[in-house]
Amino acid sequence: MNRILHNPIALGIAAILLLILVYSTFAIVPETSQAVIVRFGQPERILNKYQAGENYGQTGAGIAMRWPFLEQIVWIDKRIRSIAMENQQVLSADQRRLEVDAFARYRVVDPLRMYVAAGTEDNLGSQLSPILASALRNELGRQPFSSLLSPERGQMMENIQAALNRVALQYGAEIVDVRIKHADLPTGTPLDSAYERMRTARIQEARSIEAQGYRQAQIIKADADAEAIATYARAFNQDPEFYDFYRAMQSYRTSFLTESAPGQPPRGRTNIILSPNNDYLQQFRSGAGH
Amino acid sequence: MIRIFGRGARDGASLSDNRGGPWGPGGGGDDDGAGGEGGPRNPWGPRRRKPPPGGSGGGGPGPFDELLRKGRERFGGGFPRDGRPYWLYGLIVFLLLWMMFTSVWMIGPQERGVLMTFGRYSGTIGPGIGFSLPAPFGRVIKLDVQGIRTIQIPASGENLILTGDQNVIDLAYSVRWNIKTPELFAFQIADPEATIRDAAESAMRAAVARVTLDDAIGAGRADIAQRVQQSMQQMLDDYHAGVQVQGVAINQSGPPEAVNQAFLEVSAAQQRAQSAINNARSYALQTTARAQGEAAAFDRVYVQYRAAPAVTRRRMYYETMETVLQHVDTTIVETPGVTPYLALPDIQRRGRVQVQAEGAPAQ
Repeated sequence: MNRILHNPIALGIAAILLLILVYSTFAIVPETSQAVIVRFGQPERILNKYQAGENYGQTGAGIAMRWPFLEQIVWIDKRIRSIAMENQQVLSADQRRLEVDAFARYRVVDPLRMYVAAGTEDNLGSQLSPILASALRNELGRQPFSSLLSPERGQMMENIQAALNRVALQYGAEIVDVRIKHADLPTGTPLDSAYERMRTARIQEARSIEAQGYRQAQIIKADADAEAIATYARAFNQDPEFYDFYRAMQSYRTSFLTESAPGQPPRGRTNIILSPNNDYLQQFRSGAGH
Repeated sequence: MIRIFGRGARDGASLSDNRGGPWGPGGGGDDDGAGGEGGPRNPWGPRRRKPPPGGSGGGGPGPFDELLRKGRERFGGGFPRDGRPYWLYGLIVFLLLWMMFTSVWMIGPQERGVLMTFGRYSGTIGPGIGFSLPAPFGRVIKLDVQGIRTIQIPASGENLILTGDQNVIDLAYSVRWNIKTPELFAFQIADPEATIRDAAESAMRAAVARVTLDDAIGAGRADIAQRVQQSMQQMLDDYHAGVQVQGVAINQSGPPEAVNQAFLEVSAAQQRAQSAINNARSYALQTTARAQGEAAAFDRVYVQYRAAPAVTRRRMYYETMETVLQHVDTTIVETPGVTPYLALPDIQRRGRVQVQAEGAPAQ
């Protein structure tokens, strides 16, 4: 005995054996995991099973004991996990194609059943994923395209969740939520025709805006003209005969004289041939004696 | 004294026999030197070391042996030599360090520590120093609860979303969030970050599907962001994710690249319409102002004219004629009896020459 105590090799081996024994007897069950204790492949009991509404600190997490070497622990995630459905082409009731991405969130609520039916979480995910896809396709196939883009979408999601949940319960899992992440028009003809529709709608809008603008411009101009006419008429109607004379005088100046360079006197390029009977030459003709 | 030497020699021998530990051969050699009767396993040892005659030690140790013994006592003073070698102390020091490093936690001002004892949640440590059980038994997850994290959607490229009127828009937005309840964040969801991203995407699509294209790229954006934040928060609360959505910001919302040209055409048309209207307005301003000006001028002239119509009329007539005839070529023809020959080309030529002649000195 004395020799063993003083022999580090023996001590080391003993310590390792003890550690192995401790580790295969005691296990720490974290808050994030549920544990199925399996004896020779036969599930014996469940530790830290999920209970709805439990508080952390009062769960079954903690130290677990088992028979060393006889019992194994299978860990099963207690957290909410996700399964994704990537880019499925879905046909709506009115025969329009859609490309849909969806995800479902689930939690293992019956680890025993889950262990027996699926084994691991990954396996469960790959079993549920096609079911999510088919539930989605069934439900969307019953709805017209437009309802996908409407508040009824919520009801649709609930139907899908219910359908998926029926299957998931057989695996000991509970579907927390199903949601459509993307719902897009597939690239190619459907997307291109949507683009074309958008483009033509925009061009129509552009033309209409432009036409409205021109219409408004015309009205503004016409209003101004009308107002000018009214102004002129009000002023000139006081004495139409004087207006005629006054305006004629202005008109002669502008017609016969063109403006030359600024500062220079106006210069005309017109030849005027007057008859002596012209009114202007009246005094010239009649002489002083008239 | 001798017994102690003897035991030391035995242990030393067994150590050096069993394994070549770093202390084994040293100890053995030492003791061989002191008590040679331990067994001459080293064939050359006795010869080289010159063992004292008489195995019982009665021969009296020489001064050299005395020196060795003293040195050994001083040297090994802190370490008893009866079966507790140095590695035990190493182990103790290691365990102490281990405990220190795995059970004392510094929690920063923006952090919280989720404390677990034997795997079970046993509290949240606030800022400062916190303690847990050492490593395999206790554990602390440090989480930054103040720091606001941002998720950009999409990470790159276009993010096409269908609107309620079956149009497609390209939308980029970011979600800011932080941890509200550390223990929920740590325990509830397998991949919190991906969950938040998924929640954001599905909430955004649901929100955009409710509005028209014009709202989505225009006035309704703030409303959409608000609605997305609410429905994301609702979704994450349903998961008990322990996450607070601080805000959703729509960074860019516009038509897809493929139809952008047509959308630009709309704004170009708006510009054109606006500029047509502007032109019309300036025309209107000019026209009415001119009318008012002319009317006012006429009014003023007319007031004075009425005071002395005949004279004014005559004066205006002569003045106008004067100005006009002063600057144009005037020919007076006596009409009755003479049939004037109107050399129109000649008149025109003359007029032109005159213009040139008049223009030349001016230059």
